[in-house]
Amino acid sequence: MTTKTHQTTPVLAIPATVARAATAAGAALTLGSTFLAWTWTAKFPGDLTVTGYPGGLQVLTLVGAALTLLFTLSGYGIKGLRWLTPGGTNSPVRLAALGLLGTMGFTVGAISVELGGVVNLEPGAWIGLVGAIIAFVASLGLPHDQDITDTATPSPLEKFLNSLRAPAPGRPKELPSWAEILIIVAAFGIGLFVVTYGIDTAYPELFVGYLLITGFAVTALFKAGLMARLSAITTKYRSIAVAAAFVAAAVFPFTQSTDQYTLIAVNILIFATVALGLNIVVGLAGLLDLGYVAFLGVGAYTAALVSGTSASAFGVQFPFWASVLLGAAVSLIFGVVIGAPTLRLRGDYLAIVTLGFGEIFRIAVGNLDGVSGPRVTNGPNGVPNIPDLNFFGYDFGESHTILGFELGAYANYYMLMLLAMILVVLVFSRAGSSRIGRAWVAIREDETAATAMGINGFRVKLIAFALGATLAGIAGTVQAHVQSTVVPEMYVFAGPVPPNSAFLLAAVILGGMGTISGPLIGAALLYMIPAKLQFLSDYQLLGFGLALILLMRFRPEGLIANRRAKLEYHETGQLDVPDETLAGTTSGTTKAGA
Amino acid sequence: MNTMTTTTPETATTVLDASGVTMRFGGLTAVRNVDLTVKAGEIVGLIGPNGAGKTTFFNCLTGLYVPTEGKVRYKGTVLPPKPHLVTQAGIARTFQNIRLFANMTVLENVLVGRHTRTKEGLWSALLRGPGFKKAEAASHERAMELLEFIGLQDKADHLARNLPYGDQRKLEIARALASDPGLLLLDEPTAGMNPQETRVTEELIFAIRDMGIAVLVIEHDMRFIFNLCDRVACLVQGEKLVEGTPGEVQADERVVAAYLGTPFEGDPGADEVAEVEAAEAQSATRTTRTEGETQ
Ligand SMILES: Nc1ncnc2c1ncn2[C@@H]1O[C@H](COP(=O)(O)OP(=O)(O)OP(=O)(O)O)[C@@H](O)[C@H]1O
Ligand SMILES: [Mg+2]
Repeated sequence: MTTKTHQTTPVLAIPATVARAATAAGAALTLGSTFLAWTWTAKFPGDLTVTGYPGGLQVLTLVGAALTLLFTLSGYGIKGLRWLTPGGTNSPVRLAALGLLGTMGFTVGAISVELGGVVNLEPGAWIGLVGAIIAFVASLGLPHDQDITDTATPSPLEKFLNSLRAPAPGRPKELPSWAEILIIVAAFGIGLFVVTYGIDTAYPELFVGYLLITGFAVTALFKAGLMARLSAITTKYRSIAVAAAFVAAAVFPFTQSTDQYTLIAVNILIFATVALGLNIVVGLAGLLDLGYVAFLGVGAYTAALVSGTSASAFGVQFPFWASVLLGAAVSLIFGVVIGAPTLRLRGDYLAIVTLGFGEIFRIAVGNLDGVSGPRVTNGPNGVPNIPDLNFFGYDFGESHTILGFELGAYANYYMLMLLAMILVVLVFSRAGSSRIGRAWVAIREDETAATAMGINGFRVKLIAFALGATLAGIAGTVQAHVQSTVVPEMYVFAGPVPPNSAFLLAAVILGGMGTISGPLIGAALLYMIPAKLQFLSDYQLLGFGLALILLMRFRPEGLIANRRAKLEYHETGQLDVPDETLAGTTSGTTKAGA
Repeated sequence: MNTMTTTTPETATTVLDASGVTMRFGGLTAVRNVDLTVKAGEIVGLIGPNGAGKTTFFNCLTGLYVPTEGKVRYKGTVLPPKPHLVTQAGIARTFQNIRLFANMTVLENVLVGRHTRTKEGLWSALLRGPGFKKAEAASHERAMELLEFIGLQDKADHLARNLPYGDQRKLEIARALASDPGLLLLDEPTAGMNPQETRVTEELIFAIRDMGIAVLVIEHDMRFIFNLCDRVACLVQGEKLVEGTPGEVQADERVVAAYLGTPFEGDPGADEVAEVEAAEAQSATRTTRTEGETQ
């Protein structure tokens, strides 16, 4: 490396030993305080009044404090804890401490605001807050994991941001394969627990605390290099990891005692599946589809009209497999009809046409009510009373007892939707890593060069577009039965309730284009935040916009960087020749003169 | 190098036969009535000052532009003006301003080049039968062979954007070769390279010729062109001025005039120009240098 490096002093000039001891002490103090009462009344949700038994936000704070403590102790080089920080040593401490301070501070703030004043805080809360502040401030005195390379006199902000950077972990110690498989199982078990906890959060305060602590904790795990280790192991045992992921997902309904949160999970699955389908179109082939939700609507309306509901104009009842095929076929036809004329053109025509199609679909089904047009879809009233599915006498509308667990009605749909998602994941990964997938990416990168390499651009783009439409249609057929009613207003361009076209696109971009896990995480976040924080309703879209702007500024590749982006950011011994003309946006740099 | 003459026998099959190719952009005629043939086993050079229409001519050959007039035949059949069909037929090309798939790996870039020579569609990708796996393995093997041929086998997993400039140019050649072409069009393959890299590229092109692939190459480096080519054509303002062996083209005063500009009759500078022309004819080194000055 030719760039000059400067020994970077910590943000706060405290001796490192003192800083580490103080961080550990602060975290321990907060950890202890979670066993004390933080407020005097149980009016604050979660009951933080019990001494000796943490509740609600105290549990989250406890997790944050424990994590901070563990990372700090690993920094001491204590045997048995070194494995926690193969990458950065001190940046995970700072991040965990920041998350701890955030959660603790939020809790103190929420108690004071909701109960009317700081007098409602018990001494335990003060102890916790002081501990968290000490831990965070002291962590700023720990040395940087990486020196600042670009400037000799960094500003305090630059220094702080740099203090959160960490090097990639080195070569791992060889583990026996049973241990590695055990790690995979444990990781997905923890993952299931964390996601389940998030879906099950019963009140908004807890969800905010959950977002704070998981956000910082996951970032800390990344900085510590643990995520890199885990992803190395999962790539090694790919099929086991995939199986573990789906088993973990399938276990979810068994953890639920009521149907309330299973419904949320079903809706997340629908949203995520459709987002993943959109990711084929946008992430792989680079086609901007602004009306994607309409294909979901096409599938849902098709399934609704042949479901045997009395509100249908057709009065037929297809078996479910037939209505799935029909929904897929009708969406496919719409996809081809929309795609064929527009995909011959370059540039933004597709975005405009799909935006138009999305609106036309919504308005058209709103008008096919027997007054403005033929009576097909009942207009704005939609198609209600879609019957529950019934497979060989297994009624999806009833609860069943499986393996001694009482599963509610939505658990059936959850499993069905999980199958649909597995299908889409399979299609995405198989198509993506094949001749056709490479052709999609090539078209996205440089259409002129791609056609000069023998790729029939129109054909390949049409396949991507139609495939995306078909997958959305399949998801739509399930959605119709889950919701039991379809109305035009479910399929708008932008609205407060996902999935809508704007949120689908946001889930893809936020999560990470071209990846599988990215849109799933993006969709889960974008669904849960509005669902859990309903008090935000008026500010929701504002916050959403702000979040997107911040994301584009600080992490343009999305939460999950795909393999290619990873190659770009990780040091893999590659020649580092940053090419200014190629950096930045990767699409649409078609120059004249070929 | 003057000893290098056309070694191809008259009976060699014609690979490329462009006749009367004309390309107009509104009022501007970028290529005017150009005839050019390339025979099997030949390396043909295309030279001409900046803006002469060389790249435009390439674009007409490869279907990126539909020529206003004229026909392009490849091994006797008229080519449809669609780039992917041209590549399918057997003409591959590189670009003057490198156009790799920057965010794909080196190997993936070459695999994309295999597109026309493989058939696996969406269904076979989804079902993953034995045929798919075999085809994928064969493509990988061929791609790795090509990477070894250009010497990039160790960088197969790197992103194309992270390659040094010279390697990017080579990778473009490998990507073009992946489509098993009968004719390779190279648009300034040594632009921006240092003398050593240029030498390596020269060897590479000879090796490609020896693989039985005819080559048509645009270049401004005269020494390179005259060393390499069996035949050279010079385009000036869209028209083909001269065509012949490197020796003939080098000696042609119209070519020199095209690069330096034509003096007026009785112009006081005419003597100097004549002097320079004489020098040009003798030394290709000098030609290269003078050509460099005109840029
Ligand atoms: N798409 C286009 N539209 C209009 N004019 C064009 C177009 N492409 C090329 N031209 C013009 O045609 C002429 C020939 O350009 P071309 O790029 O073929 O030159 P060239 O011989 O390749 O030059 P160079 O040696 O600089 O690469 C130029 O005047 C150029 O401006
Ligand atoms: Mg050119």
